[in-house]
Amino acid sequence: MGRYTLRRLLQLIPVFLGSTFIVYALVWGLSDDPFAGKCGQRACSPAYIAVMTERYNLDDNIVVQYLKYLGALFTGDFGQTASGTEVADVIANAYPTTIKLAIVALVIEAVIGILAGIVSGLRGRGFVDSLVLVSTLFLISLPVFVTGLVLKQVLGVELGIIRTSVPNDPSIADLIVPGFVLGSLSMAYVARLTRTSLIENTRADYVRTAVAKGLSRRRVVGVHMLRNSLIAVVTFLGTDLGALMGGAIVTEGVFNIRGIGGLVFKGILQQDTATVVGIVVLLVIVYLIANLVVDLLYAVLDPRIRYD
Amino acid sequence: MSLRRLVAIVAGMLAVALVATACGGGGGGDDQSAQTLSIEWGEPENPLIPGNTTEQNGGDVIDALFAGLVKYDVNTGQPSNEVADSITTTDNKTFTIKIKPGWTFHDGTPVTAQSFVDSWNWTALGTNAAQAQSFMEKIDGYDEVSTEAPTAQTMRGLRVVDPQTFTVTLKQPFTIFPLTLGYSAYYPLPQKFFTDRAGFEAAPVGNGEFRFESRTPNQNLTLVRNDQYAGSVKPQVQRLEFRVYSELQTSYDDVVSGNLDHVRAIPSAALAGNRWKTDLGAGARQKEGLVTDSLGFPLYDPRFANPVLRKAISMAIDRQTIVNQIFGGVYTPATGYATSAAEGYVPNQCGEACTFNPQRAQQLLAQAGGFQGPLTLTANSDGGHDPYMQAVANSIRQTLGIDARYQPVPSFSEQRRLANSQQFTGLFRNGWQGDYPDIETFLTQLYRTNASSNDYGYSNPAVDAALSQADQAPTVQAADQGYAAAERLVLNDMPNIPLWSRPVIYGNGSRVAEAEHNPLNRQDTTTYRLNPQG
Amino acid sequence: MTEPLLAARPADTEPEPEPDAAEVSGLWTDAWRQLRRRPLFWVASVIILVLLVMAFFPSLFTSIDPRATDLAGSGSEPGPDAIFGRDLQGHDVFARAVYGAGPTLAVGVLATLGTVLVGALAGLLGGFRGGWQDSLLSRFAEIFAGLPFVLGGIVILTTFNPPGQPVPESRLIFQVVTTITVLSWPIAMRIMRAATITAKQQDYVKAARALGAGPLRIVFRHILPNTLAPVLVYATIQLGAFIGAEATLSFLGIGLKDPVVSWGVMIAESQDRVAQIPHAILFPAGFLVVTVLAFVMLGDAVRDALDPRGR
Repeated sequence: MGRYTLRRLLQLIPVFLGSTFIVYALVWGLSDDPFAGKCGQRACSPAYIAVMTERYNLDDNIVVQYLKYLGALFTGDFGQTASGTEVADVIANAYPTTIKLAIVALVIEAVIGILAGIVSGLRGRGFVDSLVLVSTLFLISLPVFVTGLVLKQVLGVELGIIRTSVPNDPSIADLIVPGFVLGSLSMAYVARLTRTSLIENTRADYVRTAVAKGLSRRRVVGVHMLRNSLIAVVTFLGTDLGALMGGAIVTEGVFNIRGIGGLVFKGILQQDTATVVGIVVLLVIVYLIANLVVDLLYAVLDPRIRYD
Repeated sequence: MSLRRLVAIVAGMLAVALVATACGGGGGGDDQSAQTLSIEWGEPENPLIPGNTTEQNGGDVIDALFAGLVKYDVNTGQPSNEVADSITTTDNKTFTIKIKPGWTFHDGTPVTAQSFVDSWNWTALGTNAAQAQSFMEKIDGYDEVSTEAPTAQTMRGLRVVDPQTFTVTLKQPFTIFPLTLGYSAYYPLPQKFFTDRAGFEAAPVGNGEFRFESRTPNQNLTLVRNDQYAGSVKPQVQRLEFRVYSELQTSYDDVVSGNLDHVRAIPSAALAGNRWKTDLGAGARQKEGLVTDSLGFPLYDPRFANPVLRKAISMAIDRQTIVNQIFGGVYTPATGYATSAAEGYVPNQCGEACTFNPQRAQQLLAQAGGFQGPLTLTANSDGGHDPYMQAVANSIRQTLGIDARYQPVPSFSEQRRLANSQQFTGLFRNGWQGDYPDIETFLTQLYRTNASSNDYGYSNPAVDAALSQADQAPTVQAADQGYAAAERLVLNDMPNIPLWSRPVIYGNGSRVAEAEHNPLNRQDTTTYRLNPQG
Repeated sequence: MTEPLLAARPADTEPEPEPDAAEVSGLWTDAWRQLRRRPLFWVASVIILVLLVMAFFPSLFTSIDPRATDLAGSGSEPGPDAIFGRDLQGHDVFARAVYGAGPTLAVGVLATLGTVLVGALAGLLGGFRGGWQDSLLSRFAEIFAGLPFVLGGIVILTTFNPPGQPVPESRLIFQVVTTITVLSWPIAMRIMRAATITAKQQDYVKAARALGAGPLRIVFRHILPNTLAPVLVYATIQLGAFIGAEATLSFLGIGLKDPVVSWGVMIAESQDRVAQIPHAILFPAGFLVVTVLAFVMLGDAVRDALDPRGR
């Protein structure tokens, strides 16, 4: 397993280079006039374009540009946003908030999703199962912005239970409702997945054996069935954590959470390349590590899986 | 490893991560927040330098940090001298500007004639790539300094006479020049800017009613009261916090529920049924402003060459119903290019051509020979324009029976790219905010041949001549009459369909006693006051 | 209260079909025979059939032009004039919802199919083969997964369409489907890969391999049926999520646009007036719930039918 981990870590390098290059090329390649819209309701002056072309090495070939960017990156220089602040500062301010929100959302979706899945999976088709099914489907079908706006309107504006926006440096309590909104789609999926896996596993030979052996139901469900049912769920949660760490444009917007999602979104629309590429560099690393951890978890969850 | 242990380990890891990220959280001092008026804001697009700021977010902070030669009245928008003691001219071409003694920058250095001249020269110099460069274009010597490879470093039209006096010579007479000088591009810069640029950008030093305190990128920026402020009206509130929001709706909800004190605009959903007035009570503020929406024609496309067709489309738009249904009746249907808050405004310049009249519109369309194929309307989706653009497209389609479709583009940059490269294939949305309260601000930059914001490719020698004549009129009144005449000429060609004007609307929370914008939709932070603590 | 409940469960909640006396004629025929007996299957099928008819022949359901607007009646409540009420622009919500079925289903179903086919194939290959092929595929997927959805969407949809010009409906739908597929397949792949790795370790697969079964036979006969459950769950849920993704693209101004209408577009357009005009969101969202429900039920029924242990 040690060698496997090492090999996976080495593989991070080409993936990292590949994805950051693609993003770099895409953001600059978005339009043939990268400074359109930077000068209000008029075209930028030739003097402005000349200065900016120089600053971002736009006269170079795209590969050379990228290598120059990468060179600066390795000295810790993420570059500057269009408004002159250090991208590293902006990320350092925003990322803790995003991580907090991601973890809150993940915990909510994992706990509620798995519990709902277990309840409906063990009871089988019936009222509880249908209730879980319909309520999860409802969450899926309502886009995130609707869930967010409705919860904020009802809990925040009308009942005054929560703040209508999340303060800078939010506490965990501030993030519970946004975390629920953000995690709702995945929660539905986790519930369905847990339920399906459980139903499958109740029919598996080892469960019959365990039941036949006279093990308590709690032990059969808790140790044998859950553990085997969780592989797919853990895969999904790991992948989802990677995705959640990428920030949430809509949820962040609705609750004014100053995280990474809004930054990337605004950066893309305004073609603020330094910000977008800087953040994506970070996200790619996070995503790759999340996937690696998930792959390693398989071996822990299912002793039959061996990495060689 | 047992499942239970695994769960414990994962839970432990998550807990550690939560604790680690939670560090540094917690609210600020309560005394401080009781003295702080918080304002909805967005990240500025450029470093906070007057000559490098032309958008609203940066401009709002610059306006609180700096004071200019003239100041616009918070209610009427009328200019009056602020840092300037007098602005005099005999020929409307050379202006002598004397500044009042006693003004200082926040670092204690005096505000002199040189502070203004240096600032304007910096803005004009091509290699500085300043956003507001074109505001200097009327000054003599601009052409030599403004290019990518300038042949001069300073404009010969600017001359310091003594520490309190400088003269400005323009290329041509421009009668209304003094009343344009309240715009942020004309603010002075302290010596520190030229000696320590990085230090200045990190902590700007101005001469205005508030001093820079701190800034957390993408979160907030705070200013404190400048007790040495030399202006006639002193600032009152101790501290301003400009708080970054991504969604206007969220900041509005925050004002309604008391988490925020001031929102600079009102989301259109809250305008419906006058809900904002119920929500905010006396905090719902509205006054006439200088913002207009219009729909431009790409005149480089031969399908739009006929002005009769352009008028037919204009008359097919039911402006009043759209304003009522989409904007809660708060906006004003346009009857010309200028707004009533501008000096020299003449009502009903457009006449029949801006009035919804289905029969006449159909007649004109038939007279123009009809229109082939789909008619596209374009705006950027990131600006909240979708609802009214759709309504306009529906109105045109149902009135004229042509296949009018709203085809948005994702971003303002994309919209500008199409404008710059003249690639529009149908009507495009145009928003315009006047820079100073005069009718001229709605005309020269938009309709003069090859003007910087003439995205239509419009050119009419008669209009150019009328504008030049008005520029050189002996008095401001005569100039304004000349501009109004030029406006009628343009409207007769209809290169751009006026839709409506947006009033200045903003909201104050319950803690606020007063916080006003002027008709230019700039915040007058000297008016900002909180209610006494009960 | 332990074993009896668990042991009794299959009997009382899941009627086990009588084993056929006849020869077992293959997994897939068997599955069909199973499927026919499930009421759930028939309910789901009828709903989907109705939706398909609505998609292909919207004029059977309404005679109102979905593009016609009555701005003066903006936001009016459901009533005799418009049975689902009118939206902000004064469209008839019912007519728009009916005409929106086609594009919505086209995007949802095709994007799901595309994502699942591409993702499942890659996941199956990676999980089954392992080694360098798995590494290559997985790392390739990670490159795509690291790409922000908004960026990818803007790039793909603006590169192939000159902005501001009308694009034919079918081309636009095809592009939206491609965009969603390109940006979403890595997740489907990881799920399939995980399921394949698990299935590969099962004794019967090892046994089949020991007995000399070829890789194709192992994959189709033994692994695929065992991996379908998570993929079907994912696919049926993603159907709803993809319709939401399409709404996001429209919201950004790069997805489906006038005159094409979809439920996602309707929801996105009405979102900022949800407090004032709730029916403009509730009706398309309701259509969406029913549709997703039908596909989830169908997915459940198919999965049960295919599960070799269910018999």
